[in-house]
Amino acid sequence: MSNAEHHEGTRRDFLYYATAGAGAVATGAAVWPLVNQMNPSADVLALSSIRVDVSGVAEGSQITVKWLGKPVFIRRRTEAEIEEARSVDVSDLVDPIARNANIDGSAEATDENRALDDTGEWLVQMGVCTHLGCVPLGNAGDYALDGGVGGWFCPCHGSHYDTSGRIRKGPAPENLPVPPAEFVDDTTILLG
Amino acid sequence: MLKKLALAATLALAPVSGAFAAGASGEVTNYDFSFEGAFGTFDQAQLQRGLQVYTQVCSACHGMKYVPLRTLSAEDGPGMPEDQVRAYAEQFFEVYDEEIEDFRPARPTDHFPENNAAGAPDLSLMAKARAGFHGPYGLGINQFFKGMGGPEYIASLLAGYTGEEKEEAGTILYENKAFPGGWISMAPPLYGDDVEYSDGTEATIEQQSKDVAAFLMWAAEPKLMARKQAGFVGVLFLTVLSVLLYLTNKRLWAPVKARAKD
Amino acid sequence: MSGIPHDHYEPSTGGEKWLHSRLPIVGLLYDTLMIPTPKNLNWMWIWGIVLAFCLALQIITGIVLVMHYTPHVDLAFGSIEHIMRNVNGGAMLRYLHMNGASLFFVAVYAHIFRGLYYGSYKAPREITWIIGMLIYLLMMGTAFMGYVLPWGQMSFWGATVITGLFGAIPFIGESIQTWLLGGPAVDNATLNRFFSLHYLLPFVIAGLVIVHIWAFHTTGNNNPTGVEVRRTSKADAEKDTLPFWPYFVIKDLFALAIVLVVFFAVVGFMPNYLGHPDNYIEANPLATPAHIVPEWYFLPFYAILRAFDSEVWVVIAANFLTGGIVDAKFFGVLAMFGAIIVMALVPWLDTSSVRSGRYRPMFKMWFWLFVVNFFVLMWVGAMPAEGIYPYIALLGSTYWFAYFLVILPLLGVLEKPLPQPDTIEDDFKAHYGKSSTNDGATAATPAE
Repeated sequence: MSNAEHHEGTRRDFLYYATAGAGAVATGAAVWPLVNQMNPSADVLALSSIRVDVSGVAEGSQITVKWLGKPVFIRRRTEAEIEEARSVDVSDLVDPIARNANIDGSAEATDENRALDDTGEWLVQMGVCTHLGCVPLGNAGDYALDGGVGGWFCPCHGSHYDTSGRIRKGPAPENLPVPPAEFVDDTTILLG
Repeated sequence: MLKKLALAATLALAPVSGAFAAGASGEVTNYDFSFEGAFGTFDQAQLQRGLQVYTQVCSACHGMKYVPLRTLSAEDGPGMPEDQVRAYAEQFFEVYDEEIEDFRPARPTDHFPENNAAGAPDLSLMAKARAGFHGPYGLGINQFFKGMGGPEYIASLLAGYTGEEKEEAGTILYENKAFPGGWISMAPPLYGDDVEYSDGTEATIEQQSKDVAAFLMWAAEPKLMARKQAGFVGVLFLTVLSVLLYLTNKRLWAPVKARAKD
Repeated sequence: MSGIPHDHYEPSTGGEKWLHSRLPIVGLLYDTLMIPTPKNLNWMWIWGIVLAFCLALQIITGIVLVMHYTPHVDLAFGSIEHIMRNVNGGAMLRYLHMNGASLFFVAVYAHIFRGLYYGSYKAPREITWIIGMLIYLLMMGTAFMGYVLPWGQMSFWGATVITGLFGAIPFIGESIQTWLLGGPAVDNATLNRFFSLHYLLPFVIAGLVIVHIWAFHTTGNNNPTGVEVRRTSKADAEKDTLPFWPYFVIKDLFALAIVLVVFFAVVGFMPNYLGHPDNYIEANPLATPAHIVPEWYFLPFYAILRAFDSEVWVVIAANFLTGGIVDAKFFGVLAMFGAIIVMALVPWLDTSSVRSGRYRPMFKMWFWLFVVNFFVLMWVGAMPAEGIYPYIALLGSTYWFAYFLVILPLLGVLEKPLPQPDTIEDDFKAHYGKSSTNDGATAATPAE
């Protein structure tokens, strides 16, 4: 008799737990879409990687494109800028890390580690000052070459970047970051 | 002005009438489509053929401004490889770019361009904006069993030209069996072999009509397969939950009902 | 009246007492959840839970949709397509919201008919009924304004036609219509205010729902016999009732799950069946769709609105008596709103001393005719106003008013009601106590 009651009790408990469990799963399944809808939508995600045609960029000039809602500087540097950038000793730098998303996170901030190609002709970096997020001005600052070529200067709080986009003077803590970028053909850079 | 509006509103109230009767007059064939029914899915090959018809024939006059080109690579859609979509967009469409204030070749992130040149309606949602089946007697039974009939209507319309034409108020009208009222201002777009299918399917008028109708159904409802899957999972799970709740409820009430016998 | 006698929450630990003396919220929730509920409630008493679910569903999916929707005439239609194509799970959320409105009205009509059949509106439940009618009116307003938001052809022309009703009011109608629209025609101002109100009103409804529940928790639920729960003592009350939790919560959830199976089948497999294809065409103020039909849940009232044209003798009489102020159009508007008002006044129009329709043989026939008439009106509201249909609409509308204004008052005098059980307990025993092959029998032998 007591055995039968016990048996009955577990059966009933199992049913109640199964129902409560199924109810909890249903509730959870209903909550997930409500959370997920706030994640970036398909049109936004589609813009997370863009192709930039750089066939029109002349030596010594740069273009600014919008990627992930932020400016990206794509500069085609002159020989003088490359030479200047490559002559700097890493130990003189404020931030010795390359900050290049395409290579190892601890790589040294040599110009070779920051430029997009081996010759150093192309430099791609985020146009966002690492201090408080202003957009630095191009061909400006204490580290521009004579005649105002190369280098960047952030007008908000006076950060100076050299011809490789490395912080040299002012409040900014880090070099301008290099986003994921690659050449997919001779004149097209894929960002992201 | 206000008087006029009030009048317009009154008139709008009244004529639920005439066109309703006319709406039922078109002959719509109940074509079979692969995406019909609870488990129906899009036929990728058919969607790609339909895209070809849209590109080479329809897009001359019609636009499709709500459909992003990138969705052509959707797995549960036409499923074109991404580089093909990029090449396709560049080759066939130009869009106006506000940043450069000029036209440039389309990219996958752009939408199919709008096309108002010929005053033809946008096709983004056409397959949902038309009903092929009605009634009987306003009861909605036909739509319950056959579906709303949007793609059937499109296919029937494209294949429904009789060859007759007439001129009315300076416009040439073409007789069409599927069009409500029987006379449509769109010239017959298909004559057979208007495109050459790469998969060897014979491009008859009916085949092309069905293919482009299927493609437009995808364009109007790109999430159709995901939706049916969600519906299926939902129904299945809720059925299980119902059974569990039924048993729980029965068990819960059993002693109460037993006591009622005393 | 202080409710049916039952156990109340007693704080036991120090912390519970601390909270209870400052904010007796646990006690309130306990009393609400454990409310004594007549044990003979049948399956028509499940719609309240379904309605509560619908309100929650609509508010939650609605808030989520607003995160992606843009209330502007140039962008609204496109933003809906953005939801349908780009937003994660957006198509499903939108279809749930769209069809959720239909489920809401299915449930509210079932709920109202339940109330009408079992006399749930009768004293002392008039306030519950009136609040319910207010909720129903707000639901209609909310649903109508929500339908405008996608900015399709039906949205635009539906808004034009329905706001046109206010233009029918003599003398001040046009001013009211202009005020409602924020301009001479439906435009961006209209869309924006409809959006604002569509967002606001559900919360007003939620507030009224609390009042609705409060009211019937005070009077106690009605039940299929219409016989009141005994309040002479707690022991007596317990013979007639069971606590809401768990008995009725589980029962209602079971019913809700069944309803949701059907709902999900509709959303998953035929989400546009109850909609209108024309609403997938962007609003165009320069071209009216071939035929404008409101959503199915408005059709009975739409039929009543159209039933009274200038040929009908009451319209002619009203026109003559008011010196032309009440014309056919205004009469139709009055009839439509009147149809709801007479329903709201039914607690005072029904003169019968017997509450439940179960014990009223004549009432039953008239009631079922009223239900059939409701569906006939719904059907005729979707048909063109030509041929035989206007006559059917007129007949149906006449019956609607006759039911409330003539039949219900007279039945109370003419009808000889059947004997009612003395208590709810007797009814429950009569139902479950006699047969030997029902649920109770299997449960009596628990060793299975």
